[in-house]
Amino acid sequence: MNASAPLDYRSAELTRKFIEQIRHITTQPWNIMEICGGQTHALLQYGIDQLLPPEITLIHGPGCPVCVTSLEAIETALQIAAQPGVIFTTFGDMLRVPGNHQDLFSARANGADVRVVVSPMDAVGLAQAEPERQVVFFAIGFETTVPSIAASILHAERNHITNFSILPANVLVPPAIHAILSSPENRVNGFLAAGHVCAVMGYWEYELIAAQYHTPLVVTGFEPVDLARGIYQTVRQLEEGRCQVENAYSRAVTREGNRTAQALINHVFEPVDRQWRGIGLIPRSGLGLRAAYRSFDALERFPVAFNTLVESPLCIAGQVLRGVATPHDCPAFSRECTPSSPLGAPMVSSEGACAAYYRYQRVKP
Amino acid sequence: MSEANFPSMQGPVCPLPLNQHDQIVIGHGSGGLMTHELIRNLFQKYLGNPTLNASNDAAILTTSNEMPAGLRLVVSTDAHIVTPLFFPGGDIGRLAICGTVNDVAMMGAQPRYLTATFILEEGLPLTTLEAVLRSMQAACKEAGVSIIAADTKVTEKGKSDGLFISTSGFGWLPEGRQIAGDQAQPGDAVLVSGPIGNHGIAVMQARGNLGFQSEVRSDTAPLNALVWGLCQAVPSVHVLRDPTRGGLATTLAEIAMQSQVCITLEEAAIPIDQPVRKACELLGLDPLYLANEGKMIIILPEADAPTALSYLRAKRYGEGAQLIGKVSAMPAGQVWLRTPLGTTRVLEMLAGEMLPRIC
Amino acid sequence: MCLAIPGKILEIYERDGTLMSKVDFGGVQQEVCLATTPEAQVGQYVIVHAGFALNLLSAEEAEETLRLLKELEDSNQADENLGEGE
Repeated sequence: MNASAPLDYRSAELTRKFIEQIRHITTQPWNIMEICGGQTHALLQYGIDQLLPPEITLIHGPGCPVCVTSLEAIETALQIAAQPGVIFTTFGDMLRVPGNHQDLFSARANGADVRVVVSPMDAVGLAQAEPERQVVFFAIGFETTVPSIAASILHAERNHITNFSILPANVLVPPAIHAILSSPENRVNGFLAAGHVCAVMGYWEYELIAAQYHTPLVVTGFEPVDLARGIYQTVRQLEEGRCQVENAYSRAVTREGNRTAQALINHVFEPVDRQWRGIGLIPRSGLGLRAAYRSFDALERFPVAFNTLVESPLCIAGQVLRGVATPHDCPAFSRECTPSSPLGAPMVSSEGACAAYYRYQRVKP
Repeated sequence: MSEANFPSMQGPVCPLPLNQHDQIVIGHGSGGLMTHELIRNLFQKYLGNPTLNASNDAAILTTSNEMPAGLRLVVSTDAHIVTPLFFPGGDIGRLAICGTVNDVAMMGAQPRYLTATFILEEGLPLTTLEAVLRSMQAACKEAGVSIIAADTKVTEKGKSDGLFISTSGFGWLPEGRQIAGDQAQPGDAVLVSGPIGNHGIAVMQARGNLGFQSEVRSDTAPLNALVWGLCQAVPSVHVLRDPTRGGLATTLAEIAMQSQVCITLEEAAIPIDQPVRKACELLGLDPLYLANEGKMIIILPEADAPTALSYLRAKRYGEGAQLIGKVSAMPAGQVWLRTPLGTTRVLEMLAGEMLPRIC
Repeated sequence: MCLAIPGKILEIYERDGTLMSKVDFGGVQQEVCLATTPEAQVGQYVIVHAGFALNLLSAEEAEETLRLLKELEDSNQADENLGEGE
């Protein structure tokens, strides 16, 4: 059965009904984390946190690839973009993420050919149209985005487009959840699992996590009704002492996920260790190209060298991303660090916890 | 524009015919014969009027019939750079005329005269220039304005993106009318003259690199007739402003700062066409920050809002007018948005460029 | 991550050996690659991210959401009735 949404998932009435249910059943404080920049954005855009009872605290986790892409990857991107003959393509999200001294936006102002694309296929198309240039695609994003990158590489291979390569920087959600829950500082009681990551990967991987850490996870969508329902089901599990994986976004998600998309990922990529900005190294939390596709790796084509990489000493992004501090705890928040002069990645992305707090902050009268 | 002195082209002398070139070349900017012919055959053909055609270095404006005592002169200036030059619903020429007409009109003034300067890039096809000028002619006619002074220069290829236009506008403001960004008062109503975001989406679509298609068209339009009639129907208007770059949110943030008031918008009341909404959802853009070139914000006493809405909705370019918010005293300098869920968030000015995102 | 919205497939074709489609999002159309959902048919709805279909959309969940709400409200009502009865 397949149809468009017959239900208005933005309905204020239905959203409020779920919120009332949350109030009805909450008896003690709970911390719920979402690891999905899109969910952070939606929660704050609709002000869902304002409707929740005070016992429920939402923690915005490291779900924004803009925030977690390592400083090393940003610096590599800047160096490749500066090379003559290169067209450096990227999703718009990455343009203003600060490197050591500049970002891709200012690199463009300095003469680098940096172009925004909305799909990795656009980058392949560009390579086809400009055979004299080297087109590099900044491969960021979680599992949601990886199938599109894998398919684009296969498309390039099929059509003998050899002037196309990717800068691998993709990351995986489950290892991040392990890192957060296994930390002694962990404050998270329950998770909203990212609906579109699960549309690709399914949610069977989370069953092991729920059992290992006795933590409930609820696969949640992005509209107000979806978010309210996902939070309700998480609170209900916590109140009932259950720690299972539930699916509150079944119109787009099944337990096994999209097998074709998963096969594409596994065919082209393999797990590798990856640095998460602000958090550090998480083993087997990233994706690199398999040997058969290493020819599409920009790191093999372009020489890159680093000096010491230094983050702003004022930036507490790592603590914010792991949920052990809020942006309000940061002394630089809203002062030295604002969206127009960001010190760290979470202030740049519109889903970064810091930018979201800044943009969607409520002024208490 | 000044005419060079050159011998009359009769007899065996063979002048360089304009149609030997189908694009702008450096010679067109030299001030000599080629410039002269370009001016006469294109600029004066489409923008010509007795003042401009007199071909003097400057225009003389007489005030005897034009400016009764007590009227004040209003002046604005603007530069127009848009890629591509043509987009659904408009082009750089229409944009230039309407942009300056509207800037003058937003003071409650009636624009009458414009100046226009053109920076042409070597290689610009003459057919393109002609199409732009034809569009400007139509826009001037619709707005009831004329271009009384103009200039043109040519840059080398690669230095000016095809065509840049700069315009200044001059208009008359009646005695006693005081419409400005610092005039909003607590208790005022906030209206918008129609759906927002159309121009921004139309231009993005025309650039072609974001891979979407739609029927969305730019709303570029001259609003001076609408403004003039509105101010006569509702003399109590406090603020008028067109939400161009930075969109509705940025423009209201500016007004809130200038007037030192708080503006609260009802998200559900803000008119946005369905395709614009969907394009924004697809690309991760916020329609409140997209440019509009044929809309205005009206801030006026709450009691006069129904009259203003009736007037606007019956007129061209005001059909989609809506009441979208209100003005209060505190917290001063802020814009709040009330969502359909009853929650609120603060709307900041646009920081930098709004880019499509996947996140 | 995860900006993705539902759209309806208008037509399906192949471009340079890769399965592509034209998808309508309610007045806006985009070319969407179906390599990730090769089983999709014209007229079906897909959830689209970065120019690719993530999955097909199913309608079952709408009923699930409404049913859940109804269950909860019925049980709240039952609790209240019990309370009043005391």
